[in-house]
Amino acid sequence: MKIWHRYIGIILPILAVAALALWPTITGKAANRESAFTILKAVALASSLNILLGYTGYVSFGHIVFYGFGGYVGLFLLTEYDWPLWYAILAGGLASGILAFLLGSAILRLRGAYFALATIGINEAMKAFVNNFDLFGGPTGITLNFSVYRTYGGAAQALQLSFYIVAGLAMLAILLSHVVRTSKFGLGLLAIRENEDAAEVMGVFAPNAKTWAYVLSAIIPGMIGVLFFFKNGNVEPHDAFPLHASIELLVMVMLGGQGTVLGPILGAFAYQGMRGFLVTSDFFGDIQLSVSGVLLLLIVLFIPAGAIGWLRQRIPTLRRVFA
Amino acid sequence: MTILLSLQGVSKRFGGLQALSNVTFDLPQGQILGLIGPNGAGKTTLFNAINGVYPPESGRIIFHDRDVTRFKPYQLAKMGMARTHQIVRPLNELSVRENVMVGACFGHESQNLSNAAKIADDVLEFVGLAARADQLAGSLNVAQKKRLEMARALAAHPYLLLLDEVLAGLNHSEIDSMIQTVLKIREQGITIIMIEHLMKAVMSVSDRIVVLDYGLQIAEGSPETIGNDPKVIEAYLGDPRLAERLLEEEE
Repeated sequence: MKIWHRYIGIILPILAVAALALWPTITGKAANRESAFTILKAVALASSLNILLGYTGYVSFGHIVFYGFGGYVGLFLLTEYDWPLWYAILAGGLASGILAFLLGSAILRLRGAYFALATIGINEAMKAFVNNFDLFGGPTGITLNFSVYRTYGGAAQALQLSFYIVAGLAMLAILLSHVVRTSKFGLGLLAIRENEDAAEVMGVFAPNAKTWAYVLSAIIPGMIGVLFFFKNGNVEPHDAFPLHASIELLVMVMLGGQGTVLGPILGAFAYQGMRGFLVTSDFFGDIQLSVSGVLLLLIVLFIPAGAIGWLRQRIPTLRRVFA
Repeated sequence: MTILLSLQGVSKRFGGLQALSNVTFDLPQGQILGLIGPNGAGKTTLFNAINGVYPPESGRIIFHDRDVTRFKPYQLAKMGMARTHQIVRPLNELSVRENVMVGACFGHESQNLSNAAKIADDVLEFVGLAARADQLAGSLNVAQKKRLEMARALAAHPYLLLLDEVLAGLNHSEIDSMIQTVLKIREQGITIIMIEHLMKAVMSVSDRIVVLDYGLQIAEGSPETIGNDPKVIEAYLGDPRLAERLLEEEE
């Protein structure tokens, strides 16, 4: 096999993210930077969820819990211990990874619908817990002191810095997704997705593999959480653990094509584009979430493999390109 | 002769059904053991017990001189045990080659991806699926899926291979070529237990045969002795002299 064949599956995703990261600088508009931030954040979250949903075949309805939890841990360290942003981001990722490890060991024994239900429960339980946890500010959450931004050259500079970091994290997420997809570990995950019993008989250590897939899918959301709430200035329970955001992530992954590197990226672009249009329109503004619900229904009914999966089925030579 | 696998009083119960009772035999390295019995006799359950899918309630299973009674399937795979399923379990959305690579990557040799791809191509050539390597496994027909099951198991380069009805559902020429394949596998030094309904086939390839009926091991021996054992004939055909006796009673 030629060298470029092995990498073609990752070139397109990298180009897409790079183009988006450069878009605000080229056009020079601050509003574009905000839109690009939202899309890059969605790319990072959806690509992470794809490791669990697309590769391993486990549906998580509460994946946003890692984003919220990481965000809380990061903001706590930023305010209480004056940690630098970098360390806070790493700590948020690590905390979410550990949370996923503990949860995964407990609930990944469940399969199918039971696992999906447990993930909803976890998100709601975490929200209720944080609501009553004084260290994290209870229902009022944690608010950053404005002086924190001074370290990074003022609020405007901090916003710019956040944008570069989110672009970096999105890049990291797709690289991770690609490395997992093309590794032996990833082959084991795909085998679990297709038939967990058969995979175990062939020697795939399913309990461990699933737990690590869960951990890998949780780390970057944790880091994104810290970054987002740093930029936001404060974190509250209902912002940190919104169930509908988990569902939106599912829509993105399934729209673009689960189990492919490019799919969630495409899905994040398409969904955020559509959402931007709907939220600003007079008619759809209030029912924007119902539109995503209907969209999810249509995808599951008519193109369960998503856009990329659909293309792959029609044109077999694309299988290698859209690995 | 070294004993590769040894079953000592293996019993398994599902609710009120005694699926296996006190199954005991030794399997020397390099032999083919035929496992036969009427439908529901517990043959696949015995495979599941050996393979760690349903651990037995009592008895011991010794593999490679280790007590593996409570081992999980993936631990046994790492020790060099591989199996095929009676009801095929292809990884549908993966290519045929990727299916076989899973066997090589996670079997007892724990190959890396590039070695696994080479092994997969060799094994697919061996079972006659080389032309289909890039197809999705879900698109194969039943006979091809049975060969794929076999290829996945062989790619692990196992010491012990459990074949669960690899001939069922195949036509005459497919059966002949599958039997040749099984004999070639044995030539490579792999020990085999095969469950089979086709008497002629199992009698011709097995070194030894174990017969199960309602979970009981009713006979064990060479194909010749089994073929003439009245208990075996009764299990399969009913009491051979039942008709005579009924006639006598009527008179």
